[in-house]
Amino acid sequence: MEEKQTIIKHVLVPQHVKLSEEQKQEVLKKYNISSKQLPRIKNDDPALKMIEVKIGDVIMIKRKSPTIGESEYYRVVVNG
Amino acid sequence: MTLPKHLHDKVEKYSKKYKITDKEKAETARRVEEKYEKAKISPGEAIGIITAESFGEPSTQLTLDVFHFAGVSEMQVTVGLPRLIEIFDARKRPSTPRMELKLKAKYSKTTDMVREIAMKIKETKLGDVAQEITINVAKANIEIVLDKKKLRELDIKPKAVFDKIVTEMKSLEVKGGDESIIIKPKEKDLLLSEIYKLKEKAKQIHVRGLEGVTHVLPVKDENGYTILCAGSNLEQALELEEVEKETIMTNDIFEVSKIFGIEGAREAIIREATKVLKDQGISIDVRHIMLLVDVMTMTGNIKGITRTGITGEKESVIARATFETPIKHLINASLIGERDDLNSVVENVILNQPVPLGTGLPGLIAKTADMEKDE
Repeated sequence: MEEKQTIIKHVLVPQHVKLSEEQKQEVLKKYNISSKQLPRIKNDDPALKMIEVKIGDVIMIKRKSPTIGESEYYRVVVNG
Repeated sequence: MTLPKHLHDKVEKYSKKYKITDKEKAETARRVEEKYEKAKISPGEAIGIITAESFGEPSTQLTLDVFHFAGVSEMQVTVGLPRLIEIFDARKRPSTPRMELKLKAKYSKTTDMVREIAMKIKETKLGDVAQEITINVAKANIEIVLDKKKLRELDIKPKAVFDKIVTEMKSLEVKGGDESIIIKPKEKDLLLSEIYKLKEKAKQIHVRGLEGVTHVLPVKDENGYTILCAGSNLEQALELEEVEKETIMTNDIFEVSKIFGIEGAREAIIREATKVLKDQGISIDVRHIMLLVDVMTMTGNIKGITRTGITGEKESVIARATFETPIKHLINASLIGERDDLNSVVENVILNQPVPLGTGLPGLIAKTADMEKDE
């Protein structure tokens, strides 16, 4: 448990949020793509330890960007 | 209002600072938005090529030396072009692994305290604390005489060393006291060469510290002490009580990826690449680095820009053949009857066709007379 906490808190690791099915469809519609075209994240990724995910879920990543402050990035969970 | 949050905040901040009216503020916001929209990249822009050129030209000015002494420290660091190649080729281990550990304030009050922690972090092997390790041929055993002075200096108890040997070498009989430890293989009739091998193995027994960290150097700055380590072991560093866990940095990207995940690795690559370029006095816009890194981390694994990495995974046969080892790719593709849809740039350049970039990107859709009749 202790270690999981540190992983989420490290400066290199941005916040990972699992999107609901509705939010997922909204994102896919916005970019006019299918979920296969999204960048991927493996289901055993250490950053996902705290969240329950299944294959096909879309994870929103809130990055701190040097150019626009905060940016949102999406990755789809794949089998690692 | 489609202005990104940070621009919106800036407009708010400055309009408060210069006390402008609401009407003026709206006008400012409108103009900022106009500029912002103009600055956006249009669809079909060849950003990959722009990135390649932006990297290509300044990298001719990077130093080609592999090693360099980093200021006051005696530790070697790979800098310049070799390091940049290492990062973007996604080599499994950096040639000079390095780690930065920032100490918590309460552990960095005195220099003695810091030195003690530094010694605790540095890897100590049995060979370092032993005065001598000898083979007794007649009795077929190995005698380890401990260096008491060294042990006191490093603040290690002989008992701790003894326990460590017992846990590390399970197939051996371990006897001895404070001054010397005798280890004896359990099975009899061992060849001398095997006992010699055992002796070499015993020297490498890890007694204390982080495995792989060969040098440590405490550095003081305005915010306290940082310990620079030659060698990297993120997993064990995270267990250290004295260290600020949130800011541990290593230049081993794969280690970051293993422990913090792909997004952590992405951020680490950006920082590493930016640092290399900055140290050499070269400024490349961070957007280029970000694009490159996003491509490298797209699959959830780190893929280098090599023929085994992202370039080798291109869909088009011709595009792969253009990069490296063309004959191999073409022969393999023809053997299995691979199909090339000519969706990208290089293959179309080779076939002397318009490339899908800029004005070459959109296709033309026209209604024929038949279709109109159907409606």
